[in-house]
Amino acid sequence: MSNNNTASTLKKGVEVKNTTCYMCACRCGIRVTLRDGEIRYIQGNPDHPLNKGVICAKGSSGIMKQYSPARLTKPLKRREGAERGAADFEVISWDEAFDIMETRLRHLRETDPKKFALFTGRDQMQALTGLFAKNFGTPNYAAHGGFCSVNMAAGMIYTIGGSFWEFGGPDLERSKLFIMFGTAEDHHSNPLKIELANFKRNGGRFISINPVRSGYSAIADEWVPIKPGTDGALILAMIHEIIKTGLYDRDFLTQYSNAAQLVNQDLDSDEFGMLVRGLEFDEGKIHPHDEMWWDRKTDRAVQTHTEAEPALMGEFTLEDGTPVKPSFQLLVERVKDYTPEWAADITGVPADTIRRLAHEMGITARDEKIELPIAWTDVWGNEHETVTGNPVSFHAMRGLAAHSNGFHSIRSLSILMSILGTIDRPGGFRHKAPFPRPIPPCPKTPNNAQDIKPNTPLAGMPLGWPADPNDLFVDDDGEAVRLDKAFSWEYPLSVHGMMHNAITNAWRGDPYRIDTLMIFMANMAWNSTMNTVEVRKMLNDKDENGEYKIPYIIVCDAFQSEMVAFADLVLPDTTYLERHDVMSMLDRPISEFDGPVDSVRIPVLPPTGECKPFQEVLIELGSRLGFPAFTHPDGTRKFRDYPDFVTNFETEPGSGIGFLAGWRGKGGEKSMRGEPNPKQWEMYEKNNCVFHYELPKSYQYMRNWNQGYLEWAQYHRLTRYTDPINIHIYSEVLQKFRLAAQGKYGGKQPPDRLRERIETYFDPLPFYYEPLEGQLSDKHKYPLNAVTQRPMAMYHSWDSQNAWLRQIHAHNYLYMSPKVGAAGGFDDGDWVWVESMHGRVRCMCRFSEAVEPGTVWTWNAIGKAKGAWNLTPDANESQQGFLLNHLISEELPAHKHGANLSNSDPVTGQAAWYDVQVRVYKADPSEKAETSPQFENMLPVPGQAERKSWLSYFAGKKPAKLNIGKK
Amino acid sequence: MHPAFSVIFLTTLIGAGQGLFLALMTVQAYADIGAIALPEGGYFGISSMIALALLVAGLVASFFHLGHPERAWRSAAMWRTSWLSREVIALPIFMGLVFVYGLLHYLGYNPNLFGKDAPPQGELTYLVGLLGVVAAFALFVCTGMIYGCLKFLQEWNTPLTPINYTLFGIASGFTLATVLAAGMAPELVKFYGGWAIAFTVLVFITRGASLIRNQRIKHRSTLATAIGVRHAQIQQKAQGAMGGSFNTREYFHGKTAAFLKSIKWIFLVLVFPLPILLLALGLQNDSVTLLGLAFTTQYVGLLAERWFFFAQAKHPQNLYYQTI
Amino acid sequence: MQLCVLCGNTGPPFGTFKYSGWWAVPTLRDIGTDMTQLALVIDLNVCVGCHACVTSCKQWNTSGAAGPLVDERPYGKDPTGTFFNRVQTFEVGEFPHTETVHFPKSCLHCEDPPCVPVCPTGASYKREEDGIVLVDYDKCIGCKYCSWACPYGAREIDEKQKVMKKCTLCVDRIYDESLPEAERKPACVLACPTSARLFGDVHDPESGVSVAIREQGGYPLMPEWGTQPSNHYLPRRKTKMKIHKDELVRVDNPLKKEGHLPKVDENESFLEDSASW
Ligand SMILES: Nc1nc2c(c(=O)[nH]1)N[C@H]1C(S)=C(S)[C@@H](COP(=O)(O)OP(=O)(O)OC[C@H]3O[C@@H](n4cnc5c(=O)[nH]c(N)nc54)[C@H](O)[C@@H]3O)O[C@H]1N2
Ligand SMILES: Nc1nc2c(c(=O)[nH]1)N[C@H]1C(S)=C(S)[C@@H](COP(=O)(O)OP(=O)(O)OC[C@H]3O[C@@H](n4cnc5c(=O)[nH]c(N)nc54)[C@H](O)[C@@H]3O)O[C@H]1N2
Ligand code: SF4
Ligand code: SF4
Ligand code: SF4
Ligand code: SF4
Ligand code: SF4
Ligand SMILES: [Mo]
Repeated sequence: MSNNNTASTLKKGVEVKNTTCYMCACRCGIRVTLRDGEIRYIQGNPDHPLNKGVICAKGSSGIMKQYSPARLTKPLKRREGAERGAADFEVISWDEAFDIMETRLRHLRETDPKKFALFTGRDQMQALTGLFAKNFGTPNYAAHGGFCSVNMAAGMIYTIGGSFWEFGGPDLERSKLFIMFGTAEDHHSNPLKIELANFKRNGGRFISINPVRSGYSAIADEWVPIKPGTDGALILAMIHEIIKTGLYDRDFLTQYSNAAQLVNQDLDSDEFGMLVRGLEFDEGKIHPHDEMWWDRKTDRAVQTHTEAEPALMGEFTLEDGTPVKPSFQLLVERVKDYTPEWAADITGVPADTIRRLAHEMGITARDEKIELPIAWTDVWGNEHETVTGNPVSFHAMRGLAAHSNGFHSIRSLSILMSILGTIDRPGGFRHKAPFPRPIPPCPKTPNNAQDIKPNTPLAGMPLGWPADPNDLFVDDDGEAVRLDKAFSWEYPLSVHGMMHNAITNAWRGDPYRIDTLMIFMANMAWNSTMNTVEVRKMLNDKDENGEYKIPYIIVCDAFQSEMVAFADLVLPDTTYLERHDVMSMLDRPISEFDGPVDSVRIPVLPPTGECKPFQEVLIELGSRLGFPAFTHPDGTRKFRDYPDFVTNFETEPGSGIGFLAGWRGKGGEKSMRGEPNPKQWEMYEKNNCVFHYELPKSYQYMRNWNQGYLEWAQYHRLTRYTDPINIHIYSEVLQKFRLAAQGKYGGKQPPDRLRERIETYFDPLPFYYEPLEGQLSDKHKYPLNAVTQRPMAMYHSWDSQNAWLRQIHAHNYLYMSPKVGAAGGFDDGDWVWVESMHGRVRCMCRFSEAVEPGTVWTWNAIGKAKGAWNLTPDANESQQGFLLNHLISEELPAHKHGANLSNSDPVTGQAAWYDVQVRVYKADPSEKAETSPQFENMLPVPGQAERKSWLSYFAGKKPAKLNIGKK
Repeated sequence: MHPAFSVIFLTTLIGAGQGLFLALMTVQAYADIGAIALPEGGYFGISSMIALALLVAGLVASFFHLGHPERAWRSAAMWRTSWLSREVIALPIFMGLVFVYGLLHYLGYNPNLFGKDAPPQGELTYLVGLLGVVAAFALFVCTGMIYGCLKFLQEWNTPLTPINYTLFGIASGFTLATVLAAGMAPELVKFYGGWAIAFTVLVFITRGASLIRNQRIKHRSTLATAIGVRHAQIQQKAQGAMGGSFNTREYFHGKTAAFLKSIKWIFLVLVFPLPILLLALGLQNDSVTLLGLAFTTQYVGLLAERWFFFAQAKHPQNLYYQTI
Repeated sequence: MQLCVLCGNTGPPFGTFKYSGWWAVPTLRDIGTDMTQLALVIDLNVCVGCHACVTSCKQWNTSGAAGPLVDERPYGKDPTGTFFNRVQTFEVGEFPHTETVHFPKSCLHCEDPPCVPVCPTGASYKREEDGIVLVDYDKCIGCKYCSWACPYGAREIDEKQKVMKKCTLCVDRIYDESLPEAERKPACVLACPTSARLFGDVHDPESGVSVAIREQGGYPLMPEWGTQPSNHYLPRRKTKMKIHKDELVRVDNPLKKEGHLPKVDENESFLEDSASW
């Protein structure tokens, strides 16, 4: 109707291909339209379960990433004689690159495999990278989880057997009240937006608890501004109020958690604080379920889950005289003094608000019960006619996680969710496959230094889930075996590793020096490192002999990032539009509440220049080095390439379990398990690149205790056991560590310097403590909290090269209450210094009424180093943009528990990004109006495209005339 | 608004051209009723050509404002609705008439169309001139209305806008005529000088009125109406384009309030008292230099006035583009 | 539409204008509501300010019939470019009673668009069939006058092509029969993760957009200028919860289930010890 012949000329040479977005980790399905082989546009795939056709700002800007002049296109070697960090490179061939790596790595593997460290950033292929590291035999492997949100994962998984984002989330479709803590954008970007909008439209009430009102919080029905790092206090006070008013779901707690289970209260016993167990062991079982309840009817201890009326409160004495209390009683005692008034002082949230919110949750949960006509059977054999639920749901992310008290805040939140009876029930929290899993999940790391042997795969996973002190990965002196000191007594439950300390430790040689550091998809010289200025120096630092303290650095990146400058060898990766990828069940799939979902990327464009997918690099290296997983016994190569690997790899020969769960079996007739299917990729391609297995309705809820589901999951090898996964209101796991610290637990003992630390933080019940940096800093001098948050239209550091996105966020300000300006005598827009005890940064301030007055904040990772990302040296990002990381230290100041302890949660090793305390003052008017610190200009590297002074992007051949408004 | 020099030059140059032409016709009208003697020599012809030159210069300047000057011819199309179209039509018509008028004077071809003995009002130059007068005024109205018709540019949306355009043009035109007369027709200097002063005083009053009016303007659009949120305290925090956009370039002068104020005082001095003083002195001392200086000052002042005219106008769109 | 006798341009015939005051812009006569007026309705209640509509618009249009859309200094200082749609952020009120409002804005396709009659070339026009306001690039001389006449700042010149550009309401999508029916919607509407952007005919009282405007208090921007924007905005709405006191002290309160159940000592004296029935 509207258009003339331009319309039809525009249709020539058009093709449409499906794949999966990776402008962020959300992994939406996308449909890419090409014209003459160039990207015409990228839209959300309407047939994709995750994003249902929508797309975000980043996803819509994929064109500018694909054709960005910041892209690396050739393998590079640091020029002979050039200083590391100067980004002075020469082009080499892939053959040469592989030869260099093969020689170096072979030697390390034959001599001391732990001298090779592989750390990966915001990637999503931990199944492969982990396999590579394990086969190499090095323990020094982790992905970004430690500096990202391990508190969230650990806090929840150690409590309810599942966590937010990939492994679970709020059921907003059925929820009535939704409380969101500390979330700006999160991973589940598009789905959460879709659901949030529908939730609001359906009249749901949305409360956001956050020091800042941006993004999602903007549309909250109520914004509860809170002082950073204090959510634990708030949540504990809510628990206090809910218990006090009797608004908890008693039946749920007694049946499905350890709330009613009895805890040994005999102070003299080595069993103090452990659950009491019956005498008759269920011999054959690995997990005897012989915990006890106190039966109110018969007034005696009984086996749990029997015909009894268990007490949740009170203190009792066993026949043998042991004093016991139900763990709920211990919780009641714990929260007794956590009154709303107490929390109000700490959090800045008025006591009345805390009380009201607690009542809202409790009453909604109690009075708006959902009952679905879905029959199911629990693991104890009880048949249920219906599935019921309490429609109160929560979400939380790094606002809770990125504090050194985050683990306990998140345990508190998990307990709050549990006492409201909202775990894996409609309207509450719902799991996603492969979760729920046992508490803690089964994978374990090796537990002694001898497990690292030359030419041998690691005896265990490089990352795992300690269940007791004996699972720690420590040497005979109880000291760390891993470079990053994860799984040591310093941070026992650092289940995602501690990438944020890898460089500092390697530089210091504590616990030891390494040889080769391989970094994949992480900008460790910039935004994913704390203490950036110093870490950049460490990367360059030489020892007395003039050798680099970190002898060799290999970086696989797709762009000329700050990290690339510090590489000795640069491997140019493809973009997400140029490679095969899998979102595997072995890693973090994109499952839905109703069942497992995995998905793939299939190239829609050929690789640019000599870019090579990192997967291919790993498979090539693994084959050359003769890793068992990648070679036949005779040493010949097993897999042609990565797609071939994905098709044919099985976790064990004949296990039927591979990277992809869909279309398995010879002809693609099986799912979840089955023989490799040579046509698997094609089948994914035909099906929007996604495989969605919908569980029968009766398996979709109460999965921690759902017999049908657990058996199904076990059969499909999602979980090893079918035992019920009871919620750990009281954590025996933590108590074991505490007992060890007290010398009461047989087995591994913490070094003396850490005993008190372990004893304090391994509290089996959640408690509130001030974040460590706050405890150790002068709050008179540094009275403000500084936090960052994600802008929706930028992904970490990697979108500044994107011509469209950078117009939205060209630089960043430090946002603060006008009161901060008034106190410091400066105005909106002024240049100010923001200073912590670790450093200072000059930036521009911006006043805002949408921030708690004790907090200052900025958008994360907008500031860039001069010249990086192929931006001009005068680009806004480096001249006005700034990085808060310069103010954040990777280590705590030396204190009674030691020096060089990571600035992390003492339980999980989660990087405590948001603990930093600062002050803000006006920059002298004579100072340069540019951000400080500044860095040497980074020059483009060979192979990068020229950056244009203007663009008029048009896909394919442009018709002679274009005119939208032609009449 | 961001003052565009192309438009500043366009409006001031053609204004002076129109004014100069009107000055010529004034003398001719006076002469025709015998109140004044027509000057000898090429005064009319040359002055007309100078007026034409100003118009052409203005036209040339205007082309710099266009993205596609080669399509400028299209801009006559919407004369039924667009004052810009109307201006585009009026300008060449007027230029043509000035050209013919000047040419006739230059050639001395001036037959009386109503017969030999008919009153001088029937002379060809007079009739062409009259058409020119109509065209000149039409052009003033068009130019003024281009700005005056924009309802929500409240600083402009007043009859004072076309009136000021008209009077500024006339005043500067008469001042220029005075200078030219000093060179070519000294007998007219006093006549023109007097009028020039009179018009300058007159436009001082009308421009003063608009300044006062603008100072008191209550802008009808507020952030509340702009985004539809009823609240007294609304602040923009981001406009969605940190490197700026067309909207920040076209509608903001980017200068401080103090700068704006100083420009206002500069033009108030340069356009009114100083030229009047210089004119008076020039007339008294028969000094072409002083008179020339009077015109130059006034013209420079007009550039400042026009700059201020644009800069002072607050476009409601600016409500959406306040904070980067 | 009739042909202009002078230039052969199609344009609104003389008769369709009314003059409101001699110094005002001539305006289009009220358009009959029986005619289609396509528009967007933007729901501020759910817009989270994600900018998806901004870049999806850019990518659709830069390679479409409205493109290419220039970006200047894409990798340098102060990058800038032509976009048809921008999302802005406002803060309303004072802490702690602050509302953060994300505010997307593109051309509002006014019923009485002041940008149209001022255009000297007729390049800017409003389509009779669906009310979309468009610019014909071949006629546009880049004089920017239309943008001056738009109170909303909805037009942006393309600094390379030197013609005026603006939201086309994706006129090259919405009628494209080669697209699946469900996708014949503006790019920004399809992209928006919160479905904060509704698209439809605001003159059809039964359309989704009309219903939304009617039922959710949809409003136009700057109504004071009589431009009658076709795009409307839906305001923020709040869900509150009211708690009655007695809801905290109900009989089913589980606290009542704690403690020992009263147990009776069977050795105490009972009625039956002293009575015989
Ligand atoms: N102050 C502060 N710092 C933070 C945070 C914070 O909240 N505040 N958040 C932390 C968190 S949670 C995280 S996860 C980290 C993230 O930090 P990083 O993991 O370092 O993420 P990016 O900065 O995006 O860097 C990833 C690198 O991957 C490269 N890349 C992009 N695409 C590809 C590709 O396809 N292939 C390859 N090989 N490389 C690619 C980019 O060029 C970039 O150099 O930042 C942390 N840093
Ligand atoms: N667009 C976009 N999406 C992303 C990313 C990105 O870079 N860009 N990064 C991805 C990654 S790696 C991650 S880890 C996730 C992170 O997702 P989020 O956790 O949503 O991201 P953050 O930006 O860390 O947001 C933290 C929020 O917590 C608030 N906050 C800080 N301290 C506290 C506190 O003590 N209490 C409370 N209640 N709130 C607090 C901050 O104001 C902020 O709103 O996002 C992912 N999604
Ligand atoms: S949310 Fe992430 S994966 Fe989804 S479209 Fe946006 S960038 Fe792509
Ligand atoms: S919003 Fe502006 S450009 Fe769009 S129709 Fe209205 S006046 Fe014209
Ligand atoms: S810029 Fe183009 S569309 Fe706008 S008024 Fe001028 S000619 Fe018309
Ligand atoms: S309707 Fe089309 S042109 Fe208009 S803002 Fe939306 S995407 Fe852009
Ligand atoms: S895409 Fe939707 S939610 Fe995002 S900014 Fe635009 S209108 Fe708002
Ligand atoms: Mo992260």
